[in-house]
Amino acid sequence: MIELQDIRKSFGEKEILKGVSTIMEPGKVNLIIGSSGSGKTVMMKCIVGLMGVDKGKVLYDNQDFTAMDDKEKKTIRQEIGMLFQGSALFDSMTVEQNVMFPLEMFGTGTLKEKKARVAECLERVQLKEAAKKFPAEISGGMKKRVGIARAIVLNPKYLFCDEPNSGLDPQTSLLIDKLITELTQEYNITTVINTHDMNTVMESGDHIVYMYQGQKQWEGSNKDIVFSKDQKLNDFIFASEFLREAKEMRQLEMFKDGKWRDQLKKEQEGGKK
Amino acid sequence: MEFKFFYHFGNFLLMLKGMFSRPENMKMYWKQFMQQCVDIGVGSFGIVFIISLFMGGVTTLQTAYQLVSPIIPKSTIAQVVRDTIILEFAPTLTCIVLAGVVGSKIASELGNMRISEQIDALEIMGINTKGYLIAPKIMAAILMIPVLVAIAGFLGIYGGKAAGELSGVISGEQFMQGLRQQFKAYNVFFAMAKSYTFGFIIASVSAYYGYNVSGGALEIGKASTTSVVVSCVLILFMDYALTAILL
Repeated sequence: MIELQDIRKSFGEKEILKGVSTIMEPGKVNLIIGSSGSGKTVMMKCIVGLMGVDKGKVLYDNQDFTAMDDKEKKTIRQEIGMLFQGSALFDSMTVEQNVMFPLEMFGTGTLKEKKARVAECLERVQLKEAAKKFPAEISGGMKKRVGIARAIVLNPKYLFCDEPNSGLDPQTSLLIDKLITELTQEYNITTVINTHDMNTVMESGDHIVYMYQGQKQWEGSNKDIVFSKDQKLNDFIFASEFLREAKEMRQLEMFKDGKWRDQLKKEQEGGKK
Repeated sequence: MEFKFFYHFGNFLLMLKGMFSRPENMKMYWKQFMQQCVDIGVGSFGIVFIISLFMGGVTTLQTAYQLVSPIIPKSTIAQVVRDTIILEFAPTLTCIVLAGVVGSKIASELGNMRISEQIDALEIMGINTKGYLIAPKIMAAILMIPVLVAIAGFLGIYGGKAAGELSGVISGEQFMQGLRQQFKAYNVFFAMAKSYTFGFIIASVSAYYGYNVSGGALEIGKASTTSVVVSCVLILFMDYALTAILL
């Protein structure tokens, strides 16, 4: 579990994060969404420690990451896997060597065991045939999958994905989303995804934090989002006419299924902001 | 300008300080160090080979052109060539060229790693990126650049002998006789002292500019150019300082 307690971050006079608090639970896909400049990338960098926070706390399983020294942070970081927007694969290494790298650096066991683990991870992301290729020889979607394989090779407790679908076609995006969701549930990982992609929001968003101008504007799940009355969130999520119509159809569908009753009950209980 | 100098100098010292931490996996650091030795040493050998031969050849011909007096023995040409190459050309000229070859490679490699988030990826894994990426480069440069300078010295003198014989300004025997006249081993020590210093400057300055790139492809190019310019200026400055102190 990752808990953010009133985190604040400024660059000079400009306050980027204005006191954000939330809890990211294990076994769930936690999404940070928001328009460009809303502070979601800074928030993710603060969570993983690539940037320090000015105020507030980031707790990893109740351990205060912000108060740790470099040595303690290293221990936590070895439990973190991260998929970067541009995949961040090492150009000079093959796909197999990229996935092997964290294992070589931190892993224990024999070379045979390490190779078996790499093969298992590549198999999991369906890339066994590309093992000997270099990053420059594979497609964007394949690079993302190699990034995922590298991120999970050490069995991380926390998985961070920065815009995992950027630059990918809708089908490959769905494949990546599915893969991340399956891995999250399979290994009970606390997954945090920073995204703009509405497919990801609707398909994988177990827990969504909507950021607006450096503040948490809304929080809920992909089911809550359909019934949300938050104007800013609706303007962001259902930006086009097509999506607005799709939302109404989904509401109607849920109404027919009787799911609206659960939703109404949840709203009355104050489970929704 | 003055503020910028102190800003960069302070950051540079912090970068050097940041390199010293216990390696996460010594075997991986060693592998990285050996890779850098190959990249810097073997990778630059071709250009060092070419410039050294021509540098020696030109020095012989120009010295012969200037020593026109019949009372000066021809073997003096070899003596002048030897000392010029050992004292100045092999360490300084070679390192100026290496600042372009090795320095720009280091700066652009690290800059590209920074821009494409590869450095962030290493940080997230819990690796000390300054220790893993920069320290092996500096150590490899300190080890390999003096080796390249020594090779450049030998090749320069050989190039000088070959040019002398081919043009007919000095025979091979006279050249060899001149090489042995008044040889001072201290000059070799001086050349090595310079090459260690220049090796450190080339790798550390380039690594500093590459590691701290922010922006995009344009900034990588700028960092690469700046690292070469700053390295060259520092090499020339240290060349003067070491000559004033050690000779």
